[in-house]
Amino acid sequence: MRISCPYCGTRDVAEFTYQGDATITRPDPASTDQNTWNAFVYDRANPAGKHSELWQHSGGCRTHLVVERDTVTHVITSVAFAGAKRKPVSAAAPKRKAPARKAATRGKAPS
Amino acid sequence: MVGNLKAEGAYVVYIGMRSVRVGGPALCRADGNMAEYSAFALLRNALSGNRDWKQAWRKPEPKPSYDVIVIGGGGHGLATAYYLAAEHGISNVAVLERGWLGSGNIGRNTTIVRSNYLLPQSTRFYEFSMKLWENLSHELNYNVMFSQRGILNLAHSPAQADDYIRRGNAMRLSGGDAEWLSAEEIGRKVPGVDVSGSARFPVVGGLLQPRAGTARHDAVAWGYARGADRRGVDIIENCEVTGFLRDGDRIVGVTTTRGEIRAAKTAVAVAGSTGRVMKLAGVDKLPIESHVLQAFVTESLKPFVDMVVTWGAGHLYMSQSDKGGLVFGGNIDGYNSYAQRGNLPIVEEVMSEMVAMFPSVARVRLLRSWGGVMDMSMDGSPIITTGPLPGMYLNCGWCYGGFKATPASGFSFAWTIARDEPHQINAPYTLDRFHRGVIIDEKGQGATPRLH
Repeated sequence: MRISCPYCGTRDVAEFTYQGDATITRPDPASTDQNTWNAFVYDRANPAGKHSELWQHSGGCRTHLVVERDTVTHVITSVAFAGAKRKPVSAAAPKRKAPARKAATRGKAPS
Repeated sequence: MVGNLKAEGAYVVYIGMRSVRVGGPALCRADGNMAEYSAFALLRNALSGNRDWKQAWRKPEPKPSYDVIVIGGGGHGLATAYYLAAEHGISNVAVLERGWLGSGNIGRNTTIVRSNYLLPQSTRFYEFSMKLWENLSHELNYNVMFSQRGILNLAHSPAQADDYIRRGNAMRLSGGDAEWLSAEEIGRKVPGVDVSGSARFPVVGGLLQPRAGTARHDAVAWGYARGADRRGVDIIENCEVTGFLRDGDRIVGVTTTRGEIRAAKTAVAVAGSTGRVMKLAGVDKLPIESHVLQAFVTESLKPFVDMVVTWGAGHLYMSQSDKGGLVFGGNIDGYNSYAQRGNLPIVEEVMSEMVAMFPSVARVRLLRSWGGVMDMSMDGSPIITTGPLPGMYLNCGWCYGGFKATPASGFSFAWTIARDEPHQINAPYTLDRFHRGVIIDEKGQGATPRLH
C-alpha cells in the first residue's frame, strides 16, 4: 500500500502512522454529556468498504492527512489535508506528481 | 484487584493443576458409549478397506426454525454449539457458516495456547480455557494434538524482566503456572536464541509458562463440529446471513442465502466480520475495529525449537510445527481492513525481528504467508454477552488472541445463551463496560485498537 502525500508524493505506507476513523468529531470540550464522550472515545462504524481515516506522514513532512480508502480492497481514492480548508502549499514544496486535492473532508457526515 | 486473589491455598491449586495427563484417544467415553474413533475402530475399518467411516459432520438442509442459531462456523461458533448440546441439552441448534467450515481465523492462526495474563479477569478466563484444552482431545474423542510444550517470553531489559516477573506472580497467584528463566537457562533450553551480550537486544531472562503450547487448529474446528453434529446440531455451510428477522425490537431469526431461518435465540460469533453482521441488525457502531494480521511459515527444518518463543523487544511469536516449519507472526498491519491479506512493511518488520531473535534462520526460506481479519476491541479484551438487541447474543472482540480462548469462549457463550446470564468467567466481558468505565486493558494502551 502506498499513500500519495500532497507534499511529498507517493510514499510507502511504512512512512505513515495510522490514526483511525476520521469521521468521529471531538465533542464540545465544555460538554459534560457522558454518552457523547463515550461514543467519541469508543464507538466506531468500522465499515467494510469506503473508510475515511486519518494518517500522519510521520516519516516525512509530518502532515496529518485524511485518506479515503476501501477496507476490503485497500484501494485509496483520495488524500487530503486534515486541516479544514487549508490553502495549497507554497511553491517551495517539491513538485511531485501530487494527486488532485479534494477539499478537506473532516466533519463530513459518515457515509 | 488484589482483593480478588486468594493467596491462601493458591499454591495448592497451582501444584494440583500440573498433574501430568496421559494423552491418546479414549476407548470409551465417560458416558459409557463406544468412542467413534478408537484403536478398535481403526482396526475394524482397516480390515474393511476404510470404506465405512462415517462423515464427520452431515450436510443438512436448513430447517425453518431452531431453538438457537449460531452465526459463524469458526472455532468459537462450533464450540458454542457443542457446549449448548453437551452441557445444556440444547441440540436443536443451527450453525450458519458463510464459507466452508474453518475457513476463517480458526484455520489462519499460529496455533498458540497460553494463559499468561496479568489481570485477574483475564487469568481466570484463560486458565479456565487451559483446563478445557487439557482434556479436549478426550472430551471430543478427537485428537486436537494439544502439545504443552511451554511458552517462553524473552525479556530484554531489567525493567521488562520486572514487568514479566510481576505478571508471572499474578499468574501463580490466580492458579496458573509460571517460571522465571535466566539467560543461561534459556541458552540451554532454546539453543537457537542469541543470548550473547553482543545481541542487538540482549536477553536478560524469560518468563516460561510450562503448560502453554500449541494445538492443531483445524482439528479443533473439526472436533467441535463432529461433537456438535453427533448431538444433533445442524452445521450449515455456504449459508451467508443477509439480514435479521424482527418482531418489534426482538430478533427472531435470520434471512440467509439459503432462505429464512427462525429461532428464539440468535447468537453472533463472527470475529472479524462482526461489524458487517451487526450492521445488518441495525447496530451501526461498536467498540471494535477490524484489522488485518499476517502469519508466516517457513520451509520444514529438522527439530530446532521445542517450545513457543516470543520476543520482547518488538512483537514476535514463533513455534515449530510437527511438520518442521517455523510458524510465526508479529503485529497487526495497524489500519482498518477486511481484506484477508496485508502489506509488505509488516512482513519486513517481522522477518527482521525473527532474525534478531534467531540469527541462524536468516537463510531459511519462507514458504507461505497469509492474513486474517481481527476484531480489535477498544481495550484488547473480548465481549461475550447477551444483547445488544433482545433475542440476540454477541461474542466478539478477540483481537488476535481468539484461538486459545476457543473452548472457554464456547463454554461461557453457550452458558450465556442457555441461561440468559453470564458465567462467572465471562461476566466482566460485557459490551457496556466501555461506557461504564470498567475496561479490561491488559496492555494499558487505552482506546487504540491497533496497539492491543
